[in-house]
Amino acid sequence: MARSLAPRAALFVVSTLALTVAALPAAAQTIYPIDRAEILAGSKFDLKVEFPGAPAAGAAKVTINGQDAAAVLGKPVAFQEREDGQGHSAFWVRDAVITKPGRYTVEATAGDRKASVTWEVFDTQAGGKAKNVILFIGDGLTVAHRTAARILAKGLKEGKYGGELAIDDMPAMALVSTSGMDAVVTDSANAMSAYTTGHKSCVNAMGVYCSLSKGNLAHPKVETISEIVKRSRGMAVGVVTNTEIEDATPAGMVAHTRRRADYNDIVDMFWAVKPDVIMGGGSPNFLAKSTPGSKRTDDTDYIKRFEETGWKFVSTRTELDAAKGAQKLLGLFHTGNLDGALDRFVLKKGTVDKFPDQPDLTDQVRAALDVLSKNDKGFVLMVESGRIDKYSHSLDWERAVYDTIMLDNAVKIAKDFAAPRNDTLIVVVGDHAHGVSIIGTYDDERPGQRLRDKLGVYEQSIVPNYPAANAAGYPDKVDVSRRLAFMFGSYPDWCETGHPYLSGENVPAVAGPNKDFIANEAYCNVPGAARREGNLPQSAPQGVHSADDVVLTATGPGSELFRGRIDNTRVFRIMATALGLSPGNGE
Amino acid sequence: MIGEADAWGFTPPRCALSRAPTLPLQGRVFQCDRSLTRRSALLSLPALALLSRPAHAVEPVPLLFEQLYKSMGVRGLVFSDMVQALKGQPVAMRGYMAPPLKPESRFFVLTREPMALCPFCQSDADWPADIVVVYLDRTTPLLGGGEAVVVRGRLEVGSATDLETGFVSQLRIVDAVFRHA
Repeated sequence: MARSLAPRAALFVVSTLALTVAALPAAAQTIYPIDRAEILAGSKFDLKVEFPGAPAAGAAKVTINGQDAAAVLGKPVAFQEREDGQGHSAFWVRDAVITKPGRYTVEATAGDRKASVTWEVFDTQAGGKAKNVILFIGDGLTVAHRTAARILAKGLKEGKYGGELAIDDMPAMALVSTSGMDAVVTDSANAMSAYTTGHKSCVNAMGVYCSLSKGNLAHPKVETISEIVKRSRGMAVGVVTNTEIEDATPAGMVAHTRRRADYNDIVDMFWAVKPDVIMGGGSPNFLAKSTPGSKRTDDTDYIKRFEETGWKFVSTRTELDAAKGAQKLLGLFHTGNLDGALDRFVLKKGTVDKFPDQPDLTDQVRAALDVLSKNDKGFVLMVESGRIDKYSHSLDWERAVYDTIMLDNAVKIAKDFAAPRNDTLIVVVGDHAHGVSIIGTYDDERPGQRLRDKLGVYEQSIVPNYPAANAAGYPDKVDVSRRLAFMFGSYPDWCETGHPYLSGENVPAVAGPNKDFIANEAYCNVPGAARREGNLPQSAPQGVHSADDVVLTATGPGSELFRGRIDNTRVFRIMATALGLSPGNGE
Repeated sequence: MIGEADAWGFTPPRCALSRAPTLPLQGRVFQCDRSLTRRSALLSLPALALLSRPAHAVEPVPLLFEQLYKSMGVRGLVFSDMVQALKGQPVAMRGYMAPPLKPESRFFVLTREPMALCPFCQSDADWPADIVVVYLDRTTPLLGGGEAVVVRGRLEVGSATDLETGFVSQLRIVDAVFRHA
């Protein structure tokens, strides 16, 4: 359809459609999955059509390639007139599966209103060369984080680096566009959902399309890679993060919800999918509500439940080391997020005193590979360095960059695992960008008192004097006299010091009266601090994501499919192709 | 700071002075004259303070956030012996009022540190583990959020679910009054 039209004509069609939508409040039907959806042959999805004007079942018709939709899909239709008491009727086919690849045009008709979308159902005949996939997500990982990590970990001399990062040293690279179906700028839920399902969703949602349904769990679902490989291949699945395990990126491996904040539902979904390895923080949502410290609203003790069904439970690095040989592993190492590398290895701040025996992401990856590689059908492992994003939100770049180095260390372990095997696709990618950039160096020796006086740009951006990295890849000292000038493009009112935050993560703004956010005055009296008037709406407490494309690097079988610029949904498609997940590929 | 002898003297909530029709004081209800100017209300504070401290009343025991739990780990929190001993007793705590969900409520969350974000309002913000839920004697205008307050009331210990909001708490101060700290 639109594909065969010249771009100009297609644009005209789109803008005409937009005008029509704007002019008529009760517009055409909405069909999920949406137009141009790419659906893995054999994967499950819910077909939902919303009919404005709430027609009765007999007046609403849905066809696929001209034939009755229910007949094509071989599943019963559920029709809800005035769904949830609203002004539309909903046509549902749950758990639909299309096994034959090709183009499918779905048409919805009621009276004189008509809408159509076209899906591509793809097979994976070209692939099937990889047994395992390891997907590394640097949450919010942007080019500036990489560059800064390379400077701090490898050193920069006469314009050349002292070595390569493991995340850079890969044969395949692509630019990945991250926008969801709803907006230009995405969040981690929507972004991860694209990687794990191959479908674009909307902000705050995972594993579903955002429809008019009222319940957060009632929206049309699309299957995640975890569910697909477990159901159709008996493969093992691992979900490893240094954030709360219920946070959007790890949750995106298992979840189907409109609202990422529903942590208790997400723990239920981990239980439903049963990844063989689950590691991160966020234990309170696994504890029965009768246990002090629980954040559950029911009496389910999920730690006990997992333990009773074969998962080895560990809560410290020592216990993780001792768990070698486990068949399944549940590691919850913190009540919240694990501390970042800068706090754990250098500053001893954050919650390091309360949780002194936290594992590093490298320990977690080693343990995960040990468990998952026992499955002779292969595995899918997702590893997230999640605080790159959180520290970028809080405008705390040193912490974000130390966690980028930690990601690099973890990727190195995966590459060492994969090197002798040639059966493991490794993908490293951000899920969205931050508006961050390195524009020079701050030098305490420069004359003047103001922060801007200390900034050297162009030929005066003299290489910083961080000490050479230690064996683990981290400089032991971050508060040096000549530092990177790492800038944030979006911010609330705040006081910028140009120095690292040695006593704990930056809190740039605090809630003022009227629930808006004002500069945290704690930093405003630091000598040289610059008061910045926020460029974000006053309701924003921190920096925000940006719509810039993110860099993907990959190695191993299937990595050659990554090239040029791709939509984030293609990451799923290439992983599925590398693993050969469509029914024809030796199921 | 916490522990100072006069830190626990009760004064009515700041916002209550100008807006609240009634003011709960240790089981008594003091009719707050809406026509009171802020100045005259302030002038009457010593009298209020006297009313609120009858000679026979049990003085609340100052309780610090760091005294709430014996241990805080992945498998949960363990209440301190002090908290166990104070179960049902009048206590006073200093903390920060988390940004409230509604400007007027009987219910707010007391936190050890000021909350930069409102977890009620932000999808990706989360409550710290050691919060204390405060149930006021009656619906009261609350502060903007993130402000230091002193709360007095009876300590309730153990898991409970708020019927209205579903919010689960482990420690509560009930029949409570608060003031700006």
